[in-house]
Amino acid sequence: MKHRVPKSVALFLALSAIAVAQDLASFEKRITLKRLDNGLTVIICERPGAPVFSFNTHVDAGSVQDPMGQTGLAHMFEHMAFKGTDKIGTTDYAAEKVALAKVETAYAAYIAERDKRVGRDEQKLKDLQKAWQDAIADAQKYVKPNAFPQILESNGAEGLNASTSEDQTEYHYSFTENRLELWAYLESERFLHPVMREFYKERNVVIEERRMRTDSNPIGRLLEQFTTAAFQAHPYHRPTIGWMADLNSFSATDAQHFFDEYYIPSNMVVAVVGDIKASEALPIIEKYFGRLPSRAEPDERTTTEPPQNAERRVLLQDRAQPLYLEGYHRPDYRDQDDNVYDAIADLMSNGRTSRLYRALVRDKKIAAYSAGFSGLPGVKYPHLFAFYAFPLPGHKNEEVAEAIHVEIERLKSEDISDEELKMIRTRAKANLLRGLDDNEGMASELALFQARYGDWRELFHQVENLDKVSKADIRRVANKTFVPTNRTVGIIETMAPPPAAAQNGGGQ
Amino acid sequence: MNRISLLPLGFALVVGLGFQVSPAAAQTGWQEIKVPPLPDFHPQVPKRFVLPNGMVIFLQEDHELPLIDGIARIRGGSRAEAADKTGLIDMYSDVWRTGGTKTQTGDQLDDYLEIRAAKVETGGTADSTTISWSCLKADFDDVFKVFDDLLRAPEFRNDKLELVQRQYFDAISRRNDDVDEIVGRESAKLAYGAQSPYARVAEYKTVAAVTRQDLVDWHHSHVSPNNIVLGIVGDFDSAAMEAKLRQTYGTWPKGPAVKDVSVEPTPAKPGYYLVQKDDVNQSSISMVGVGIRRDNPDYYAVRVFNEAFGGGFSSRLFRTIRTEKGLAYSVGGGIGTAFDHLGMVRLAMGTKSATTLESIQALDEQIDDVSKHPITEAEIKLAKDAILNSFIFNLDSPEKILRERMAYEFYGYPQDYLEKFRLGVDKVTAADVARAASKYLHKEKLATLVVGNSGEFDKPLPTLGPVTKVDITIPPPPGQ
Repeated sequence: MKHRVPKSVALFLALSAIAVAQDLASFEKRITLKRLDNGLTVIICERPGAPVFSFNTHVDAGSVQDPMGQTGLAHMFEHMAFKGTDKIGTTDYAAEKVALAKVETAYAAYIAERDKRVGRDEQKLKDLQKAWQDAIADAQKYVKPNAFPQILESNGAEGLNASTSEDQTEYHYSFTENRLELWAYLESERFLHPVMREFYKERNVVIEERRMRTDSNPIGRLLEQFTTAAFQAHPYHRPTIGWMADLNSFSATDAQHFFDEYYIPSNMVVAVVGDIKASEALPIIEKYFGRLPSRAEPDERTTTEPPQNAERRVLLQDRAQPLYLEGYHRPDYRDQDDNVYDAIADLMSNGRTSRLYRALVRDKKIAAYSAGFSGLPGVKYPHLFAFYAFPLPGHKNEEVAEAIHVEIERLKSEDISDEELKMIRTRAKANLLRGLDDNEGMASELALFQARYGDWRELFHQVENLDKVSKADIRRVANKTFVPTNRTVGIIETMAPPPAAAQNGGGQ
Repeated sequence: MNRISLLPLGFALVVGLGFQVSPAAAQTGWQEIKVPPLPDFHPQVPKRFVLPNGMVIFLQEDHELPLIDGIARIRGGSRAEAADKTGLIDMYSDVWRTGGTKTQTGDQLDDYLEIRAAKVETGGTADSTTISWSCLKADFDDVFKVFDDLLRAPEFRNDKLELVQRQYFDAISRRNDDVDEIVGRESAKLAYGAQSPYARVAEYKTVAAVTRQDLVDWHHSHVSPNNIVLGIVGDFDSAAMEAKLRQTYGTWPKGPAVKDVSVEPTPAKPGYYLVQKDDVNQSSISMVGVGIRRDNPDYYAVRVFNEAFGGGFSSRLFRTIRTEKGLAYSVGGGIGTAFDHLGMVRLAMGTKSATTLESIQALDEQIDDVSKHPITEAEIKLAKDAILNSFIFNLDSPEKILRERMAYEFYGYPQDYLEKFRLGVDKVTAADVARAASKYLHKEKLATLVVGNSGEFDKPLPTLGPVTKVDITIPPPPGQ
């Protein structure tokens, strides 16, 4: 790199290293951690300021835990967690409970006939479908739609949402601090007495979500095919949103079973950050969340993806413009080289000084954008380090692939410069600092690191670990990881539009 | 990580201080939990001062972390660029930063800033351009120097103009790949008119027509202290900062006032518009028309209406179309508002091809229902509670307060606008909401755009009325 590094940088780095240590010390004082008797972990971070707080309920289960033939179930339950409880969302729970049981019986009969390989009776199938729909209509009579989120919204919940990934499920929003007890009641109640009401209508909502994210989106289409090819044994090969056939099959009973198995206190971390005092908040949180019954730990056994010994390629001929993607298997987030991968991702991708930007976008002028990153599709289990590029008009996927490979070879054969190493370390510290100024982001990070490492302090240690990454580490890990037989390639190649098909549009 | 969320990002619920929900008659459970009064909260207001040359400056101290961030907003944006150079502000707002200063190339700035984990970035919108920075306190002097050099002595080097032009050629070539992008673009054209500065898009020809001189000219005619609102937030002492800014900018001479443009919408004829897309199994439906300005006295009623009609979980659109009918994941809408021009009325949803017409009719019914079954007192109470009980999230960080105040300054709104808003919403009645809805939401004035695979629709679209096919073919680059 041509640019000379001023002497002040060394001084600055020393200063910012102290800053991180100070932050950790400061957070030690502000954070209270408690494992309740039922196994639930609670983290409270006092952050004086506006009279508000944010929370994040982190459930250490995601789509990897979807049972065979029931992909999409973890995400489906997340949607159901907004449908209320035995007290909220119903006009008469005793009667509703009976009606919901009838829906399940009718659905099971319908599915059994639908999925008969031999001897399916079409008339019987129609009758069973009608019986199921009638049972749904009967159960619907007791429903107060959206009563649970309505309570949250009318109380001013901000950023009300939830998300599901391969690795975890998260629930979050922010409230004014005078509503801490109301929150503790509602958030615990939702996981104490969830009710699978309106399940099959919500399933249609989720199916529309699949159509939007995956089926009707070229990058969604490529990513699904790519991930399926890259993982053959481990559940990472399955989409979080679920396969269409599974979405059209699983039942409310299946969702309840998923909840019973994975939504157990020892599998959950609740982080609360804001203008609250732990001494006042903890007893309230304990009172309500302590009600969740402890249960046996779920069976988390899964298989290990075997080593990949041959390159795999996925070619998607699509109406969309070209896109090149390649991924290499790497160990999970607990691996001793995890920070080396972080350093490589930063070096290759972060900003206009990154190697891929400078090589492919600025100098070779062949791509509009290019980057590399870890965490495809998750991080909890061995996953992929991926590179991608959008070739400029008139340039081919092969050109950008070759240019990416040139940059990978540089990583393997040449040490990175002192300046580059400094940039990586400085950015990690600054990014950590910038992440500490918002309640919502902090609640998410604290819950995540507590769930992943059993210690939220790891959030701060990551930066220290990155300081230990050497030039030799980067070469070693690049040589170990980025080899052709460990590679899966995914490409979008543009095809011509088909001849005009019959269209229902009309009009001129 | 591939996270998928309960609510689509594009439909973030409307943000709405700390009024309490009056506890309803206690039945069971949650109603019995007391919500004590929220302690008085007096958010810290930034210091505002104006230099003799007209530059308006806001300083907001925040000592929680050793960071200092700032942003300068300059009057004039893409709505004033020439139509045959559409995209000029996009190019300008990129090359302003990447093209470097008189003394340092953009690449040199990249190295200089990145090693400090600092950012200086430029941007542009329809009404303004911005230059901002973010840095550790220890680096403030170094980074502010870069900010100031870029503000007053940018070079707009040609190689970076060529780079951004290549990127825009790429973006143009990809603009029909993503359904959301098509719907967003074509909806704006229907609401404001295809040639409207709020709707027109860059083409190969208009991007290629932009020269370095255009960027230099734009800069000289706009970047003057009298056209700038500057805001700084972070770990600094206001008195020292004010002294530094007065010293740096006090003698900067005034420039010409920015000639802004006033644009009247020329909405498309109401009716049905179809973009045929063969490679999707979901139709994206967007019903659009012309909305209101935020200084309209009906604004508070409109906000309450929007919350009740198409805002959160409790809204009519969400409840009927998503929860009850299961027709959509993504659904929402309302009467759009903007600070200094008319917003866009828009109802939007995505549904499987085979329920496209059913969904259009369901949206139509919801609009009809607003007059047949006006928004009830109970719905209004819910909507107002949602806005007022979350109001404090407009003010819960020093940076948010700064951003709000800067926006009011920029658009000539009173500095206590947010408090006016709170009181305004509080006073809204059912009659206000009914009047606002009947004034601004008319089914027969809306253009309905469908992007989808018409061969798989439940019924032919023309059964609803005349259909105009929208050609989204991308005009080839000049000479091809």
